[in-house]
Amino acid sequence: MITYLWLIPALPLFSSVILGLFGPVMGPRVSGAVGTISVGLAAVLAVSIGLHWISHPPTNSIYEQTLWAWITLPGFSINLGLYLDPVSLLMVLVITVIGCLIHLFSTEYMHGEDGYSRYFAYLNLFVAAMLLLVLADDLAVLFVGWEGVGVCSYLLVGFWFSEPTNGYAARKSFVVTRIADIAMLAGLLLLSTKLGTLNIQAMLTGAVATWSAGSLMPTVATSLLLIGGLGKSAQVPLQTWLPDAMAGPTPVSALIHAATMVTAGVYLVVRTHALFLLAPHVLDAIAVGAVITLLVAAFAGLVQSDIKRVLAYSTMSQIGYMFLALGVGAWPAAMFHFLTHAVFKALLFLTAGAIAMRLNHEQNIFAMGGLRSKLPLAFWAFLIGSASLAALPIISAGFFSKEMILGAVAAAPMPGLILWACGILGAVLTATYIFRVVFTVFLGPLKTEVSGSYGVRIAVPLVTLSVGALVVGWLETPEGLGNQTIFSRFLTPAVGVFHHLPVSFMIPLLGFAAPLLGIGIAYVLHRNGTWARATTTMPSKLTIFIRSGCGFDMLYDELFVVPYMTLVRVLRHDPVDSMFAGLQYLAIVAHRRLRAMQIGQIRRYASWMMAGSVATIAILLFS
Amino acid sequence: MIIWQTPAGLALALFMLGLLGLLARRSLVFVLMSIEIMLNAAGLLFITAGMRWGNPDGQIMLVMVLNLAGAELALGLILILRLRNRITNLDGDAANILRDVP
Amino acid sequence: MMLVWLLVIPMLGGLLAWPAGRFHSTAPRIISLIALLSDLAIAIPLLHSSADIAMPGTWMAGFNAAWIPAFGMSFRLGMDGVSWLLSVLTILIGLFAVIVSWHEIDNGAGFFHANLLWSLAGAIGVFIALDMFLFFYFWELMLVPMYFIIAIWGHENRRRAAIKFFLFTQGSGLLILISILALAFLHQQQTNVLTFNYFELIQTHTSHTFGILITLGLFIAFIVKLASFPVHVWLPETHTEAPTAGSVILASILLKTGAYGLLRFVVPLMPAAAHSLAPIALWLGVASILYGAFLAYGQSDLKRLIAYTSVSHMGFVLIGVFAFNIIAWQGVVILLVAHGISTGALFIIVGSLQHCLHTRDLSRMGGLWGDMPRLSSFGAFFILASMGLPGLGNFVGEFLILRGAWAVAPVITIFAAIGLIPAALYSLVAIQRAFHGPVDETRDEHDFGMRETSMMLVLASAIICLGVNPQPILTIASPALNNMQPQPTTAMLKEMGAG
Repeated sequence: MITYLWLIPALPLFSSVILGLFGPVMGPRVSGAVGTISVGLAAVLAVSIGLHWISHPPTNSIYEQTLWAWITLPGFSINLGLYLDPVSLLMVLVITVIGCLIHLFSTEYMHGEDGYSRYFAYLNLFVAAMLLLVLADDLAVLFVGWEGVGVCSYLLVGFWFSEPTNGYAARKSFVVTRIADIAMLAGLLLLSTKLGTLNIQAMLTGAVATWSAGSLMPTVATSLLLIGGLGKSAQVPLQTWLPDAMAGPTPVSALIHAATMVTAGVYLVVRTHALFLLAPHVLDAIAVGAVITLLVAAFAGLVQSDIKRVLAYSTMSQIGYMFLALGVGAWPAAMFHFLTHAVFKALLFLTAGAIAMRLNHEQNIFAMGGLRSKLPLAFWAFLIGSASLAALPIISAGFFSKEMILGAVAAAPMPGLILWACGILGAVLTATYIFRVVFTVFLGPLKTEVSGSYGVRIAVPLVTLSVGALVVGWLETPEGLGNQTIFSRFLTPAVGVFHHLPVSFMIPLLGFAAPLLGIGIAYVLHRNGTWARATTTMPSKLTIFIRSGCGFDMLYDELFVVPYMTLVRVLRHDPVDSMFAGLQYLAIVAHRRLRAMQIGQIRRYASWMMAGSVATIAILLFS
Repeated sequence: MIIWQTPAGLALALFMLGLLGLLARRSLVFVLMSIEIMLNAAGLLFITAGMRWGNPDGQIMLVMVLNLAGAELALGLILILRLRNRITNLDGDAANILRDVP
Repeated sequence: MMLVWLLVIPMLGGLLAWPAGRFHSTAPRIISLIALLSDLAIAIPLLHSSADIAMPGTWMAGFNAAWIPAFGMSFRLGMDGVSWLLSVLTILIGLFAVIVSWHEIDNGAGFFHANLLWSLAGAIGVFIALDMFLFFYFWELMLVPMYFIIAIWGHENRRRAAIKFFLFTQGSGLLILISILALAFLHQQQTNVLTFNYFELIQTHTSHTFGILITLGLFIAFIVKLASFPVHVWLPETHTEAPTAGSVILASILLKTGAYGLLRFVVPLMPAAAHSLAPIALWLGVASILYGAFLAYGQSDLKRLIAYTSVSHMGFVLIGVFAFNIIAWQGVVILLVAHGISTGALFIIVGSLQHCLHTRDLSRMGGLWGDMPRLSSFGAFFILASMGLPGLGNFVGEFLILRGAWAVAPVITIFAAIGLIPAALYSLVAIQRAFHGPVDETRDEHDFGMRETSMMLVLASAIICLGVNPQPILTIASPALNNMQPQPTTAMLKEMGAG
């Protein structure tokens, strides 16, 4: 069974090629079926490998499969190989299962769109690239998947290409991540030059053997890798692309910009965590950056009026939590939050898409209202997703993963408590901004017309994910709530044993209270109409500043875009060419001067010849 | 032994004469004749030089110069005839269609 | 002997195609196809043959005959892995050039195809000549027919472009001639033998200054051909004005002769001198990458945009060559092949666009994806490929170059890598302005038919194969590159250790 591992990325890749070549001929029904079934098969394969794994784990819990030698040169070789360990298995499961559900959702959601088969070709290609990313056993191969998902994200964000703003958003998302990727590429070059290999395991072993903790090389290398990860995961200061990326179809946002691709940075750090352990300063920086991100994004999420933008900022903020866990070395906590976040955020996005679908693609929450009775399925799904995002105690998955992170942060050495406090503040804000959406959209009077109905292909993913968002948290529970450790034990072979460190009883208690407080704030402000009033009155400068994501866009425009465009404008007519045009001008001037001598009179020519001869002879004689 | 200065001087005089004719006359026939005179001056100088150094090469060169002059004359006359069809007279200055028109 | 046929067949084909064009305009096309296909049939089997002409195991075939013995010039040919790759690329791209001109060139088809074949023969000759004077001869042979192709069948400003092309390349030819002669005379002084034999000249000992001068001459000549900053200025204009087949050949083949010249002659002939030029060359490479990328972004003529991207990519080649190690050189070879394919494909696409839209102006395009999905998706694919998307051929080349260069000059490599960001910008903006955006309903377009689609599929699969499994190419090029690698001097070793 496990020997068919290569089929998992190969299936969606193959179907993507088929759809790309023959999609227009096959028609929408077949295209959708091919796209969904290929990912479905991959999911079935992944689940059976996972089940087999649990019953018969391979030696050291590692399974390697070398497909072929990609590049073999003296002193530098790269094998195209797959590396399956608990971490990548978890990623594969999430990608294929959630990917399959989102494909299924898309077949109904995208119904009647132009380029239906193109959409599935891109989406399958994305799944294949993402699987390659998580399964790669070599950083260079990982980079192939890394850029591959970036391009698919670009193509899918700009899927509705006739709208120029979509194209702009797509380009922005690609270019910002590309900037990060170049740093990552530099990191790869540095690592491969210094350690002689990019094979992840060999590289890590080599790094641990050669470099001492805190020395310069691992710090530089991990910083470079980290920049790549920050870009992909939309963390400060490279986060600006994510809200704009919401221009794509909503299932795309669910799959790429919530569940899978944006967590690639987290995966990268976990995958190379042995290297990061050699660079404690970088880990500290991760933690600080994560706190900044999660607060900035949470504040920004508080004032958005577009439902997808709220979710985009919340994604940023939640990935901030994952990075916070990474910063304190709580790898399983990060992975656990990745898992629960993938489930509930995919659910939230899909539900948002499902709502907008029935409201003639309305995404402004203040244009909605009272949808609870009209769209019961969407209401319950969104409520469950929101509860999970807000980390509502006990009943939601998000609670357990966030608790695991905050517990680990609180137990971390010195700045731990400050970071934890920020995390709690973030948790309050999270609950506030998401329940602001819930109350605005589902309570109050009905404001819009609701049309159509949900088919089974929308209902199944929503229900499945809702169930997931309720139960998946029980894989790992803190002391006092069962002390379940299935999840961290599963990951132990890859990332080491995870200890739930003892913390003061206040810590979990405040973790309990924070979401409830947030929901309370949201409800009070909803009841007294503050949320709704904010849209009708002129927003204050502060609101505008926060709504724009704390001005990063404006700053980058001034810092990079404007100088770049100026440079392009200056250079566009090729100044070097003008220099050569100067030579041409010189020739023309000389020509004008000299042609005055060519008057067509033989006698004049003869005199000149004579004069020339005399001069030559004179020079010869007297020199 | 004949001194070589006399024929050399004669050659120089002839050459100057030819040159003067070339520069001064406008009729193409005279121009051609002047060129012939200059060529002959060169030939004479070759012979003189051959005599001065007792070398037969000078005479060989004269034969070549004569050949050249003959060929040149033939071509020149043909050109003059063709030109006469075009510009109806033999004025060399009128035949200035090769000038670079600004 | 096979190598001679490799040259004679296209030459003869050209001689046949010219008069054949008088009878029927399809005849020269078929003659060209046959000539190139038979050339390919000769070239492919050479891969598994071997010839014992110098270093054993390096050469696949060789040929030697007296040419002008009085001046020590011989008709000496030899093919190693790099020559083989570039020759086969030449023939394949030549085939595509013939196919794209099938409907584009109507008047003077005979003379056009004659020029096409002669130019290709010249390029193949450049890749296999081992006598330096013969090399110069083929260098010129390659250029003159190209001049005619641009000057006769080009677009609006073809005359100016053709003259610019001719002046620049002729100037570079002159520099090559002077350097070759200087080298040969120097060799004669030392050994009393006047010869232009590559293997003899390679052993010439030169004083440092003199070596630098000769190397500089060759270097400038080859970077003109490579279109490196600041002598790239002929390239955008020429590529823009040439007919499709001309642009394809210029970008896919003629640029490569510059890189080939650097690898084959500049580096092995005088390693020490070449090494002292390396810092300049590396910075010129960086300048080319960034300058080309910035300018590409600002262009509104699609063909010109692609031309500037070539400048940018050739910057990587320049860096790779002067990184002086096998990894970077392998990257250079891969990038040459991949760039030949991807840029060739892009020029074919733009040619086809111009054919039906009658414009190359990006501001008059936009939304083409709606009407021409096949053309647009191939266009986007090749633009992304040339941007260096991992998994495709160009990335492997760039990655290996950067990897090789990092070991020698990390700072320069970082600047080169930064050049990949503007690359993304111009690529995406080209896709946006040409293919995305609102669909113009009034246009009357024809999407790719069978002929174009199958051509594109072949090129696309080639670039994918190159990306996912470059090893065959690496294996073919490996002995040749090992052979070119100069014995490292102590100074070089020291510098590499420090880097």
